[in-house]
Amino acid sequence: MNILCDLFLTFAKIGFFTFGGGYAMIAMIENICVENKKWITHDEMMDITVIAESTPGPIAINCATFTGYKKAGFAGALAATFGIIVPSFAVIYLISVFLDNFLELTLIANAFKGIKIAVGILILDAAFTMLKKMHKKKLPRAIMACSCAAMLCINIFSLNFSSISLMLAAAAVSLGVFVLGIAPEQKGGGAK
Amino acid sequence: MILLDLFIGFLKVGCFAFGGAYGAIPLIRDVVMSYGWLGEEMLTYMIAVSESTPGPIMVNLATYIGSSQAGFMGAVVATLAVVLPSFLIILLVTSLLRTALKNKYVQAILRGLKPCVIGIVLATGIFMVLKNCFGTVSAPNVNVRSIAITAALFAAMFGYKHFMKKKLSPIMLIVISAILGALVYGI
Repeated sequence: MNILCDLFLTFAKIGFFTFGGGYAMIAMIENICVENKKWITHDEMMDITVIAESTPGPIAINCATFTGYKKAGFAGALAATFGIIVPSFAVIYLISVFLDNFLELTLIANAFKGIKIAVGILILDAAFTMLKKMHKKKLPRAIMACSCAAMLCINIFSLNFSSISLMLAAAAVSLGVFVLGIAPEQKGGGAK
Repeated sequence: MILLDLFIGFLKVGCFAFGGAYGAIPLIRDVVMSYGWLGEEMLTYMIAVSESTPGPIMVNLATYIGSSQAGFMGAVVATLAVVLPSFLIILLVTSLLRTALKNKYVQAILRGLKPCVIGIVLATGIFMVLKNCFGTVSAPNVNVRSIAITAALFAAMFGYKHFMKKKLSPIMLIVISAILGALVYGI
């Protein structure tokens, strides 16, 4: 089979059968691309996972782009990336067409009110998982606490301040601390 | 022009979405609210739908929001925009800038970004849970049913983890919450 077709179909399969986002997908990509197809090595897979964590965007997309590029250059990267997007695009597009009518049923609307509560809890749970993995040093802790407090104020008082500005500020503080070389005795704070 | 707005809005999301799907949710919420594309309710519903359907959550949300604002073309534009930055960055990193990410200044920036994302996600989670139970400052609304469901879901999550020694899957939690919602709000 043509390698581009193979990349597209393989990643479409991965995209269609993984629920629960990025990390579930990494396991599947490892299984298929490293062990079955031998498109990339285990070390490269580890590498790309680290890169994916330091670059923005969905992790699954990062992995697909990387594998496709390794295997067949730019065209390969395109084929793999499209492969992983197309299934979820199709499913969600269909849902988006019907969801509004669906929500007019009282039973479904009530179920979704319950689901809304679960989503809040899931986000909280994700935050705690990330917190556990965070470096236990003063500066990251201070940045984390300040961003959390600032974001809470923004939400509670519906302030018009975007989380992107908050991220840029945190990046600037961290870079500033590094350049000035005051990291070891940094007392934190000022990371609004 | 709505297509251009969708493209720019989701390009921003794609550029700043560090920390996986949940890291991106506060960002998407921000963009969606500032353009007034969806109400908070619908957005929350769609987060649950995205979690329960295959594919990356960020891509799912982009597709849905695009489609709700400008039909099929909107869905295509928003999806491409959210994916484009990571696609380009990975191409750059793998082909040209293998060492760029190891650069000490880049590392210093990342060390600041990661805890900030965690703080933002934490704040969003706390806010959403509180808002469901007690309403907002401008529209307080203590909802006993919501508080009961929140308590039950926390109990289910911690109980499962304690007795089964593994995490309750997000999809299971969503299914439980849907059943509870249909029962409790239906009474």
